[in-house]
Amino acid sequence: MSKVPGDLRYTKSHEWVRAAGADLVVGITDHAQDLMGDMVFVELPKLGTLLAVGKECAVVESVKAASDVYAPLAGEVIEVNEALSGAPETLNSDPYGEGWLFKLRPHDPEAVHALLDAAAYESLLASEG
Amino acid sequence: MGHRTPLYEEHVKAGARIVDFGGWDMPLHYGSQIAEHHAVRRQVGIFDVSHMRAVEVRGARARDFLRYVLANDVDRLAVPGKALYGCLLNEQGGVLDDLITYFLAPDWFRLIVNAGPAERDISWLRDHARAFAVDITPRPDLAMIAVQGPQADAAGARVLDARACAALDRLPPFHATFTGDSFVARTGYTGEPGFEMLVDAQQVAPLWARFVTEGVVPAGLGARDTLRLEAGMNLYGHEMDEQVSPLESGLAWTVNLTTDRAFIGRSALLQQRAQGLTRRLTGLVLQGAGVVRAGQEVRGPFGVGTVTSGSFSPTLARGIGLVRVPIAALDGEVCTLAGRSGQALAARLVAPPFVRHGHALIDL
Repeated sequence: MSKVPGDLRYTKSHEWVRAAGADLVVGITDHAQDLMGDMVFVELPKLGTLLAVGKECAVVESVKAASDVYAPLAGEVIEVNEALSGAPETLNSDPYGEGWLFKLRPHDPEAVHALLDAAAYESLLASEG
Repeated sequence: MGHRTPLYEEHVKAGARIVDFGGWDMPLHYGSQIAEHHAVRRQVGIFDVSHMRAVEVRGARARDFLRYVLANDVDRLAVPGKALYGCLLNEQGGVLDDLITYFLAPDWFRLIVNAGPAERDISWLRDHARAFAVDITPRPDLAMIAVQGPQADAAGARVLDARACAALDRLPPFHATFTGDSFVARTGYTGEPGFEMLVDAQQVAPLWARFVTEGVVPAGLGARDTLRLEAGMNLYGHEMDEQVSPLESGLAWTVNLTTDRAFIGRSALLQQRAQGLTRRLTGLVLQGAGVVRAGQEVRGPFGVGTVTSGSFSPTLARGIGLVRVPIAALDGEVCTLAGRSGQALAARLVAPPFVRHGHALIDL
Protein backbone atom coordinates (compact mmCIF):
# COMPACT_ATOMS: atom_id res chain seq x y z
CA MET A 1 0.00 0.00 0.00
CA SER A 2 1.15 3.52 -0.77
CA LYS A 3 1.83 5.81 2.14
CA VAL A 4 -0.63 8.69 2.64
CA PRO A 5 0.51 10.89 5.57
CA GLY A 6 -2.41 12.26 7.57
CA ASP A 7 -1.08 15.81 7.88
CA LEU A 8 -0.91 16.59 4.15
CA ARG A 9 -3.42 17.76 1.53
CA TYR A 10 -3.68 16.09 -1.88
CA THR A 11 -4.85 16.62 -5.46
CA LYS A 12 -6.60 14.21 -7.79
CA SER A 13 -3.51 14.38 -9.99
CA HIS A 14 -1.36 12.92 -7.17
CA GLU A 15 0.45 15.99 -5.86
CA TRP A 16 0.75 16.60 -2.12
CA VAL A 17 0.89 19.92 -0.27
CA ARG A 18 2.33 20.65 3.16
CA ALA A 19 1.74 23.95 4.98
CA ALA A 20 4.98 25.72 5.97
CA GLY A 21 3.83 28.91 7.67
CA ALA A 22 1.99 30.94 5.03
CA ASP A 23 3.77 29.01 2.26
CA LEU A 24 3.22 25.54 0.86
CA VAL A 25 5.63 22.72 0.01
CA VAL A 26 4.61 20.68 -3.06
CA GLY A 27 5.63 17.19 -4.14
CA ILE A 28 4.26 14.05 -5.78
CA THR A 29 2.73 11.25 -3.75
CA ASP A 30 4.16 7.85 -2.92
CA HIS A 31 1.50 6.34 -5.16
CA ALA A 32 2.65 8.49 -8.09
CA GLN A 33 6.33 7.63 -7.70
CA ASP A 34 5.52 3.94 -7.27
CA LEU A 35 3.48 3.87 -10.47
CA MET A 36 6.19 5.64 -12.44
CA GLY A 37 9.16 3.61 -11.27
CA ASP A 38 12.77 4.79 -11.18
CA MET A 39 12.99 8.54 -11.72
CA VAL A 40 15.77 9.75 -13.97
CA PHE A 41 15.04 13.43 -14.67
CA VAL A 42 13.20 16.23 -12.93
CA GLU A 43 12.36 19.57 -14.57
CA LEU A 44 11.43 22.20 -11.98
CA PRO A 45 9.67 25.55 -12.43
CA LYS A 46 11.72 28.75 -12.47
CA LEU A 47 11.83 30.86 -9.33
CA GLY A 48 9.22 33.58 -9.39
CA THR A 49 6.92 31.77 -11.82
CA LEU A 50 3.28 32.65 -11.27
CA LEU A 51 1.18 29.53 -11.44
CA ALA A 52 -2.51 29.20 -12.11
CA VAL A 53 -4.25 26.34 -10.39
CA GLY A 54 -4.01 23.13 -12.44
CA LYS A 55 -1.21 24.56 -14.62
CA GLU A 56 1.65 22.21 -15.66
CA CYS A 57 4.59 23.40 -13.63
CA ALA A 58 7.13 20.58 -13.52
CA VAL A 59 7.97 17.33 -15.29
CA VAL A 60 9.09 14.13 -13.63
CA GLU A 61 10.51 11.51 -15.96
CA SER A 62 11.12 7.88 -15.09
CA VAL A 63 12.65 5.06 -17.06
CA LYS A 64 9.10 4.15 -18.00
CA ALA A 65 7.34 7.46 -18.71
CA ALA A 66 7.31 11.23 -18.36
CA SER A 67 4.58 12.94 -16.38
CA ASP A 68 3.50 16.53 -15.79
CA VAL A 69 3.14 17.92 -12.30
CA TYR A 70 0.21 20.34 -11.90
CA ALA A 71 0.03 23.36 -9.61
CA PRO A 72 -2.25 22.40 -6.71
CA LEU A 73 -3.04 26.06 -6.03
CA ALA A 74 -2.46 29.43 -7.67
CA GLY A 75 0.64 31.22 -6.43
CA GLU A 76 4.28 32.14 -6.91
CA VAL A 77 7.19 29.68 -6.95
CA ILE A 78 9.52 30.88 -4.18
CA GLU A 79 11.95 27.99 -3.88
CA VAL A 80 12.81 24.86 -5.87
CA ASN A 81 14.55 21.68 -4.73
CA GLU A 82 17.78 22.00 -6.74
CA ALA A 83 19.18 18.84 -5.13
CA LEU A 84 16.78 16.74 -7.20
CA SER A 85 18.53 17.41 -10.50
CA GLY A 86 21.57 15.48 -9.30
CA ALA A 87 19.54 12.87 -7.42
CA PRO A 88 16.14 12.29 -9.04
CA GLU A 89 15.93 8.92 -7.25
CA THR A 90 15.13 10.89 -4.08
CA LEU A 91 11.61 11.17 -5.50
CA ASN A 92 11.37 7.39 -5.18
CA SER A 93 13.03 6.96 -1.82
CA ASP A 94 11.52 9.91 0.07
CA PRO A 95 8.60 11.44 -1.86
CA TYR A 96 7.18 13.28 1.18
CA GLY A 97 10.52 14.48 2.57
CA GLU A 98 13.77 15.12 0.67
CA GLY A 99 11.88 14.54 -2.58
CA TRP A 100 9.82 17.76 -2.34
CA LEU A 101 9.65 19.68 -5.64
CA PHE A 102 9.06 23.37 -4.91
CA LYS A 103 7.59 25.89 -2.48
CA LEU A 104 4.62 28.01 -3.41
CA ARG A 105 3.36 31.28 -1.96
CA PRO A 106 -0.38 30.87 -2.52
CA HIS A 107 -2.52 33.80 -3.62
CA ASP A 108 -5.20 32.50 -1.26
CA PRO A 109 -3.77 30.56 1.70
CA GLU A 110 -7.28 29.44 2.66
CA ALA A 111 -7.68 27.60 -0.68
CA VAL A 112 -5.55 24.76 0.69
CA HIS A 113 -8.55 23.57 2.69
CA ALA A 114 -10.39 22.85 -0.53
CA LEU A 115 -7.83 20.19 -1.47
CA LEU A 116 -8.35 16.51 -0.61
CA ASP A 117 -7.50 15.42 2.93
CA ALA A 118 -5.74 12.12 3.52
CA ALA A 119 -8.97 10.15 3.90
CA ALA A 120 -10.39 11.54 0.65
CA TYR A 121 -7.11 10.84 -1.19
CA GLU A 122 -7.05 7.29 0.14
CA SER A 123 -10.55 6.65 -1.15
CA LEU A 124 -9.50 8.10 -4.50
CA LEU A 125 -6.62 5.58 -4.62
CA ALA A 126 -8.97 2.78 -3.59
CA SER A 127 -11.40 3.73 -6.36
CA GLU A 128 -8.57 3.77 -8.93
CA GLY A 129 -7.90 0.20 -7.80
CA MET B 1 -4.99 -12.84 -16.04
CA GLY B 2 -2.18 -13.91 -18.32
CA HIS B 3 -0.07 -17.06 -18.35
CA ARG B 4 2.12 -17.49 -15.30
CA THR B 5 5.55 -19.06 -15.11
CA PRO B 6 6.40 -21.57 -12.35
CA LEU B 7 8.24 -18.68 -10.64
CA TYR B 8 5.22 -16.36 -10.45
CA GLU B 9 4.73 -16.91 -6.70
CA GLU B 10 8.43 -16.20 -6.08
CA HIS B 11 8.07 -12.87 -7.89
CA VAL B 12 5.00 -11.87 -5.93
CA LYS B 13 6.64 -12.83 -2.62
CA ALA B 14 9.66 -10.70 -3.57
CA GLY B 15 7.38 -7.68 -4.10
CA ALA B 16 7.54 -7.60 -7.90
CA ARG B 17 5.43 -5.22 -9.93
CA ILE B 18 3.76 -7.57 -12.39
CA VAL B 19 3.05 -6.51 -15.99
CA ASP B 20 1.71 -8.21 -19.10
CA PHE B 21 4.40 -9.21 -21.57
CA GLY B 22 3.36 -11.20 -24.64
CA GLY B 23 0.36 -12.59 -22.76
CA TRP B 24 2.41 -13.47 -19.65
CA ASP B 25 2.25 -11.97 -16.15
CA MET B 26 5.92 -11.10 -15.67
CA PRO B 27 7.93 -9.11 -13.12
CA LEU B 28 8.77 -5.58 -14.37
CA HIS B 29 10.98 -4.92 -11.34
CA TYR B 30 11.23 -5.82 -7.67
CA GLY B 31 11.56 -2.24 -6.42
CA SER B 32 14.16 -0.51 -8.60
CA GLN B 33 14.91 -1.53 -12.16
CA ILE B 34 17.98 0.71 -12.19
CA ALA B 35 19.42 -1.04 -9.12
CA GLU B 36 18.72 -4.38 -10.81
CA HIS B 37 20.42 -3.14 -13.99
CA HIS B 38 23.54 -2.11 -12.06
CA ALA B 39 23.56 -5.42 -10.16
CA VAL B 40 23.82 -7.28 -13.48
CA ARG B 41 26.53 -4.96 -14.88
CA ARG B 42 28.58 -4.99 -11.67
CA GLN B 43 27.80 -8.24 -9.81
CA VAL B 44 25.17 -10.75 -10.83
CA GLY B 45 21.42 -10.92 -11.38
CA ILE B 46 18.88 -13.61 -12.19
CA PHE B 47 15.96 -13.38 -14.66
CA ASP B 48 12.92 -15.57 -15.08
CA VAL B 49 12.68 -16.13 -18.83
CA SER B 50 10.29 -19.07 -18.63
CA HIS B 51 7.83 -17.18 -20.83
CA MET B 52 10.14 -17.96 -23.73
CA ARG B 53 9.34 -21.30 -25.31
CA ALA B 54 11.71 -24.20 -25.92
CA VAL B 55 10.74 -26.17 -29.02
CA GLU B 56 12.28 -29.51 -30.00
CA VAL B 57 12.90 -30.21 -33.68
CA ARG B 58 13.45 -33.94 -34.17
CA GLY B 59 13.82 -36.18 -37.19
CA ALA B 60 16.39 -37.55 -39.59
CA ARG B 61 15.95 -34.45 -41.77
CA ALA B 62 15.89 -31.91 -38.92
CA ARG B 63 18.96 -30.15 -40.31
CA ASP B 64 17.54 -29.91 -43.84
CA PHE B 65 14.30 -28.56 -42.39
CA LEU B 66 16.03 -25.82 -40.37
CA ARG B 67 18.22 -24.91 -43.35
CA TYR B 68 14.93 -24.27 -45.17
CA VAL B 69 12.95 -22.34 -42.52
CA LEU B 70 15.73 -20.25 -40.95
CA ALA B 71 17.53 -17.32 -42.60
CA ASN B 72 20.75 -18.27 -40.85
CA ASP B 73 22.37 -21.53 -41.91
CA VAL B 74 22.44 -24.29 -39.29
CA ASP B 75 25.25 -25.87 -41.30
CA ARG B 76 27.36 -23.40 -39.33
CA LEU B 77 26.68 -25.71 -36.37
CA ALA B 78 29.25 -28.49 -36.54
CA VAL B 79 29.76 -29.39 -32.88
CA PRO B 80 26.87 -30.68 -30.74
CA GLY B 81 25.92 -28.03 -28.18
CA LYS B 82 26.76 -25.10 -30.47
CA ALA B 83 24.11 -22.35 -30.74
CA LEU B 84 23.13 -20.05 -33.61
CA TYR B 85 21.08 -16.86 -33.53
CA GLY B 86 18.82 -16.08 -36.48
CA CYS B 87 15.43 -15.20 -37.87
CA LEU B 88 12.36 -17.05 -39.00
CA LEU B 89 11.17 -15.20 -42.14
CA ASN B 90 7.97 -15.15 -44.15
CA GLU B 91 8.04 -15.34 -47.95
CA GLN B 92 8.26 -11.54 -48.16
CA GLY B 93 11.43 -11.53 -46.08
CA GLY B 94 9.64 -10.11 -43.03
CA VAL B 95 10.68 -11.36 -39.61
CA LEU B 96 8.23 -13.76 -37.92
CA ASP B 97 10.52 -14.15 -34.92
CA ASP B 98 14.16 -14.18 -33.86
CA LEU B 99 15.39 -17.25 -32.08
CA ILE B 100 18.33 -19.31 -30.89
CA THR B 101 18.93 -22.77 -32.32
CA TYR B 102 20.96 -25.31 -30.34
CA PHE B 103 22.42 -28.25 -32.24
CA LEU B 104 22.08 -31.27 -29.94
CA ALA B 105 22.38 -34.30 -32.23
CA PRO B 106 22.17 -34.94 -35.99
CA ASP B 107 18.43 -35.60 -35.60
CA TRP B 108 17.73 -33.17 -32.75
CA PHE B 109 17.81 -29.38 -32.52
CA ARG B 110 16.29 -27.17 -29.81
CA LEU B 111 14.87 -23.71 -30.54
CA ILE B 112 14.17 -20.95 -28.02
CA VAL B 113 11.48 -18.62 -29.38
CA ASN B 114 9.87 -15.44 -28.02
CA ALA B 115 6.75 -15.56 -25.85
CA GLY B 116 4.46 -13.38 -27.98
CA PRO B 117 4.93 -15.09 -31.37
CA ALA B 118 5.43 -18.63 -29.90
CA GLU B 119 2.08 -20.11 -30.97
CA ARG B 120 2.34 -18.64 -34.46
CA ASP B 121 5.94 -19.91 -34.74
CA ILE B 122 4.91 -23.41 -33.74
CA SER B 123 2.12 -23.68 -36.29
CA TRP B 124 4.38 -22.16 -38.97
CA LEU B 125 7.10 -24.68 -38.18
CA ARG B 126 4.61 -27.58 -38.14
CA ASP B 127 3.15 -26.54 -41.49
CA HIS B 128 6.58 -26.68 -43.09
CA ALA B 129 7.85 -29.68 -41.11
CA ARG B 130 5.47 -32.16 -42.73
CA ALA B 131 7.40 -32.21 -45.99
CA PHE B 132 10.54 -33.10 -44.02
CA ALA B 133 8.85 -35.64 -41.70
CA VAL B 134 10.21 -33.67 -38.75
CA ASP B 135 8.48 -33.49 -35.34
CA ILE B 136 7.92 -30.10 -33.70
CA THR B 137 7.41 -30.41 -29.94
CA PRO B 138 6.98 -27.40 -27.65
CA ARG B 139 8.29 -27.94 -24.12
CA PRO B 140 6.05 -26.03 -21.68
CA ASP B 141 7.33 -28.50 -19.05
CA LEU B 142 10.66 -26.65 -19.07
CA ALA B 143 11.34 -23.41 -17.21
CA MET B 144 14.20 -21.09 -18.08
CA ILE B 145 16.35 -18.79 -15.95
CA ALA B 146 19.22 -16.49 -16.93
CA VAL B 147 22.08 -15.81 -14.50
CA GLN B 148 23.99 -12.82 -15.82
CA GLY B 149 26.82 -10.60 -14.67
CA PRO B 150 30.57 -10.65 -14.02
CA GLN B 151 29.99 -12.83 -10.93
CA ALA B 152 27.58 -15.26 -12.63
CA ASP B 153 30.01 -18.19 -12.66
CA ALA B 154 31.03 -17.56 -9.05
CA ALA B 155 27.35 -17.70 -8.08
CA GLY B 156 26.92 -20.85 -10.18
CA ALA B 157 29.82 -22.46 -8.30
CA ARG B 158 28.02 -21.87 -4.99
CA VAL B 159 24.64 -23.14 -6.17
CA LEU B 160 25.15 -25.88 -8.78
CA ASP B 161 26.46 -29.39 -8.19
CA ALA B 162 30.06 -30.33 -9.03
CA ARG B 163 29.10 -31.87 -12.34
CA ALA B 164 27.25 -28.77 -13.53
CA CYS B 165 30.07 -26.50 -12.38
CA ALA B 166 32.64 -28.56 -14.27
CA ALA B 167 30.46 -28.43 -17.38
CA LEU B 168 30.01 -24.68 -17.06
CA ASP B 169 33.76 -24.17 -16.63
CA ARG B 170 34.44 -25.85 -19.95
CA LEU B 171 31.58 -24.23 -21.85
CA PRO B 172 32.64 -21.66 -24.51
CA PRO B 173 30.40 -18.72 -25.45
CA PHE B 174 27.28 -19.66 -27.44
CA HIS B 175 27.54 -23.35 -26.49
CA ALA B 176 25.24 -25.48 -24.35
CA THR B 177 25.34 -28.86 -22.67
CA PHE B 178 23.20 -31.23 -20.64
CA THR B 179 24.21 -31.72 -17.06
CA GLY B 180 22.07 -34.04 -14.97
CA ASP B 181 18.49 -32.81 -15.17
CA SER B 182 19.30 -29.42 -16.63
CA PHE B 183 20.46 -27.83 -19.85
CA VAL B 184 23.06 -25.09 -19.41
CA ALA B 185 23.92 -22.56 -22.12
CA ARG B 186 26.43 -19.73 -22.44
CA THR B 187 23.89 -17.34 -23.83
CA GLY B 188 22.17 -14.21 -22.58
CA TYR B 189 20.61 -10.88 -23.44
CA THR B 190 22.56 -8.43 -21.31
CA GLY B 191 26.03 -7.93 -22.76
CA GLU B 192 27.51 -9.52 -19.65
CA PRO B 193 29.01 -12.96 -19.11
CA GLY B 194 26.76 -15.60 -17.60
CA PHE B 195 24.59 -18.54 -18.49
CA GLU B 196 21.02 -19.64 -19.03
CA MET B 197 19.47 -22.84 -17.70
CA LEU B 198 16.49 -24.88 -18.85
CA VAL B 199 15.19 -27.03 -16.01
CA ASP B 200 12.09 -29.00 -15.17
CA ALA B 201 9.29 -26.55 -14.33
CA GLN B 202 8.70 -28.42 -11.05
CA GLN B 203 12.30 -27.86 -9.94
CA VAL B 204 12.90 -24.26 -10.91
CA ALA B 205 11.50 -22.53 -7.80
CA PRO B 206 13.98 -24.12 -5.34
CA LEU B 207 16.82 -23.48 -7.80
CA TRP B 208 15.81 -19.81 -8.11
CA ALA B 209 15.62 -19.54 -4.31
CA ARG B 210 19.14 -20.95 -3.91
CA PHE B 211 20.57 -18.36 -6.31
CA VAL B 212 18.76 -15.58 -4.46
CA THR B 213 19.99 -16.90 -1.08
CA GLU B 214 23.51 -16.76 -2.51
CA GLY B 215 23.11 -13.05 -3.17
CA VAL B 216 22.07 -13.14 -6.82
CA VAL B 217 19.72 -10.19 -7.39
CA PRO B 218 16.32 -10.94 -8.97
CA ALA B 219 15.99 -8.69 -12.02
CA GLY B 220 12.82 -7.94 -13.95
CA LEU B 221 11.91 -7.16 -17.54
CA GLY B 222 12.66 -3.45 -16.98
CA ALA B 223 16.34 -4.13 -16.32
CA ARG B 224 16.38 -6.80 -19.03
CA ASP B 225 15.24 -4.16 -21.53
CA THR B 226 17.79 -1.49 -20.58
CA LEU B 227 20.58 -4.09 -20.45
CA ARG B 228 19.81 -5.47 -23.93
CA LEU B 229 19.39 -1.96 -25.29
CA GLU B 230 22.81 -0.89 -23.96
CA ALA B 231 24.20 -4.11 -25.47
CA GLY B 232 22.68 -3.14 -28.84
CA MET B 233 20.49 -6.23 -29.05
CA ASN B 234 17.21 -6.25 -30.94
CA LEU B 235 13.82 -6.93 -29.36
CA TYR B 236 11.20 -8.64 -31.50
CA GLY B 237 8.23 -6.35 -32.13
CA HIS B 238 10.46 -3.26 -31.78
CA GLU B 239 13.49 -3.53 -34.06
CA MET B 240 11.87 -6.09 -36.34
CA ASP B 241 8.50 -7.54 -37.18
CA GLU B 242 6.70 -9.13 -40.13
CA GLN B 243 6.90 -5.89 -42.13
CA VAL B 244 10.66 -5.43 -41.81
CA SER B 245 13.55 -7.29 -43.36
CA PRO B 246 16.49 -8.46 -41.23
CA LEU B 247 18.71 -6.55 -43.69
CA GLU B 248 17.09 -3.31 -42.46
CA SER B 249 17.22 -4.41 -38.81
CA GLY B 250 20.96 -4.69 -38.25
CA LEU B 251 20.71 -8.45 -38.73
CA ALA B 252 22.42 -8.94 -42.11
CA TRP B 253 25.10 -10.87 -40.22
CA THR B 254 22.49 -13.52 -39.34
CA VAL B 255 21.41 -14.07 -42.94
CA ASN B 256 23.52 -16.35 -45.06
CA LEU B 257 23.04 -15.52 -48.76
CA THR B 258 26.48 -16.66 -49.88
CA THR B 259 25.47 -20.24 -50.78
CA ASP B 260 22.66 -21.40 -53.04
CA ARG B 261 20.70 -22.78 -50.06
CA ALA B 262 16.95 -22.43 -50.61
CA PHE B 263 15.21 -20.92 -47.59
CA ILE B 264 11.94 -19.11 -46.93
CA GLY B 265 12.37 -15.40 -47.68
CA ARG B 266 15.57 -15.83 -49.70
CA SER B 267 14.26 -14.52 -53.01
CA ALA B 268 12.66 -11.51 -51.30
CA LEU B 269 15.96 -10.66 -49.59
CA LEU B 270 17.92 -11.05 -52.83
CA GLN B 271 15.46 -8.75 -54.55
CA GLN B 272 15.75 -6.15 -51.78
CA ARG B 273 19.52 -6.28 -52.04
CA ALA B 274 19.43 -5.96 -55.83
CA GLN B 275 17.06 -2.98 -55.67
CA GLY B 276 19.14 -1.38 -52.93
CA LEU B 277 18.20 -1.14 -49.28
CA THR B 278 16.63 2.14 -48.23
CA ARG B 279 16.93 1.98 -44.45
CA ARG B 280 19.23 0.66 -41.77
CA LEU B 281 19.24 0.30 -38.01
CA THR B 282 21.71 2.14 -35.82
CA GLY B 283 21.87 3.76 -32.38
CA LEU B 284 21.55 7.24 -30.97
CA VAL B 285 22.56 8.98 -27.77
CA LEU B 286 21.11 12.20 -26.39
CA GLN B 287 23.61 15.01 -25.81
CA GLY B 288 21.80 16.28 -22.71
CA ALA B 289 19.04 15.40 -20.30
CA GLY B 290 16.07 13.37 -21.46
CA VAL B 291 14.82 9.89 -22.18
CA VAL B 292 14.41 8.43 -25.67
CA ARG B 293 11.06 6.77 -26.39
CA ALA B 294 10.09 4.23 -29.03
CA GLY B 295 8.17 5.81 -31.90
CA GLN B 296 9.88 9.22 -31.68
CA GLU B 297 10.91 10.86 -34.94
CA VAL B 298 14.58 11.68 -35.44
CA ARG B 299 15.55 14.46 -37.84
CA GLY B 300 19.00 15.12 -39.24
CA PRO B 301 20.94 15.91 -42.43
CA PHE B 302 19.98 12.37 -43.49
CA GLY B 303 16.24 13.07 -43.35
CA VAL B 304 13.85 11.42 -40.92
CA GLY B 305 14.28 8.26 -38.86
CA THR B 306 12.19 6.50 -36.23
CA VAL B 307 13.19 5.29 -32.80
CA THR B 308 12.46 1.55 -32.52
CA SER B 309 13.50 1.23 -28.85
CA GLY B 310 14.40 3.99 -26.45
CA SER B 311 15.13 4.40 -22.79
CA PHE B 312 17.50 5.82 -20.26
CA SER B 313 20.84 4.08 -20.07
CA PRO B 314 21.65 3.55 -16.38
CA THR B 315 25.31 2.84 -17.20
CA LEU B 316 25.82 5.98 -19.32
CA ALA B 317 23.26 8.11 -17.44
CA ARG B 318 21.98 9.28 -20.85
CA GLY B 319 18.98 8.70 -23.03
CA ILE B 320 19.79 6.11 -25.71
CA GLY B 321 17.88 4.35 -28.42
CA LEU B 322 17.95 2.20 -31.52
CA VAL B 323 16.73 4.01 -34.60
CA ARG B 324 15.83 3.09 -38.16
CA VAL B 325 17.30 5.73 -40.49
CA PRO B 326 17.70 6.29 -44.24
CA ILE B 327 20.51 4.10 -45.54
CA ALA B 328 22.85 7.05 -46.20
CA ALA B 329 22.77 8.27 -42.59
CA LEU B 330 26.24 8.13 -41.07
CA ASP B 331 27.08 7.28 -37.50
CA GLY B 332 28.41 10.41 -35.84
CA GLU B 333 25.83 12.66 -37.52
CA VAL B 334 24.01 15.09 -35.28
CA CYS B 335 20.25 14.95 -35.16
CA THR B 336 17.31 16.09 -33.07
CA LEU B 337 14.28 14.54 -31.39
CA ALA B 338 11.17 16.41 -30.34
CA GLY B 339 10.94 16.73 -26.57
CA ARG B 340 7.69 16.60 -24.62
CA SER B 341 6.91 20.25 -25.02
CA GLY B 342 8.10 20.41 -28.62
CA GLN B 343 11.63 21.57 -27.83
CA ALA B 344 14.45 19.98 -29.86
CA LEU B 345 16.64 17.49 -28.01
CA ALA B 346 20.12 17.19 -29.53
CA ALA B 347 21.32 13.68 -30.24
CA ARG B 348 24.02 11.90 -32.22
CA LEU B 349 23.90 8.69 -34.24
CA VAL B 350 26.27 6.05 -32.88
CA ALA B 351 26.94 2.46 -33.85
CA PRO B 352 25.64 0.12 -31.14
CA PRO B 353 26.50 -1.55 -28.79
CA PHE B 354 26.64 1.22 -26.20
CA VAL B 355 27.94 -0.90 -23.31
CA ARG B 356 29.54 -4.33 -23.06
CA HIS B 357 31.06 -6.12 -20.09
CA GLY B 358 30.47 -3.19 -17.78
CA HIS B 359 32.23 -0.63 -20.00
CA ALA B 360 30.92 2.22 -22.13
CA LEU B 361 31.80 1.70 -25.79
CA ILE B 362 30.79 5.15 -27.02
CA ASP B 363 32.11 8.62 -26.29
CA LEU B 364 29.61 10.90 -24.61
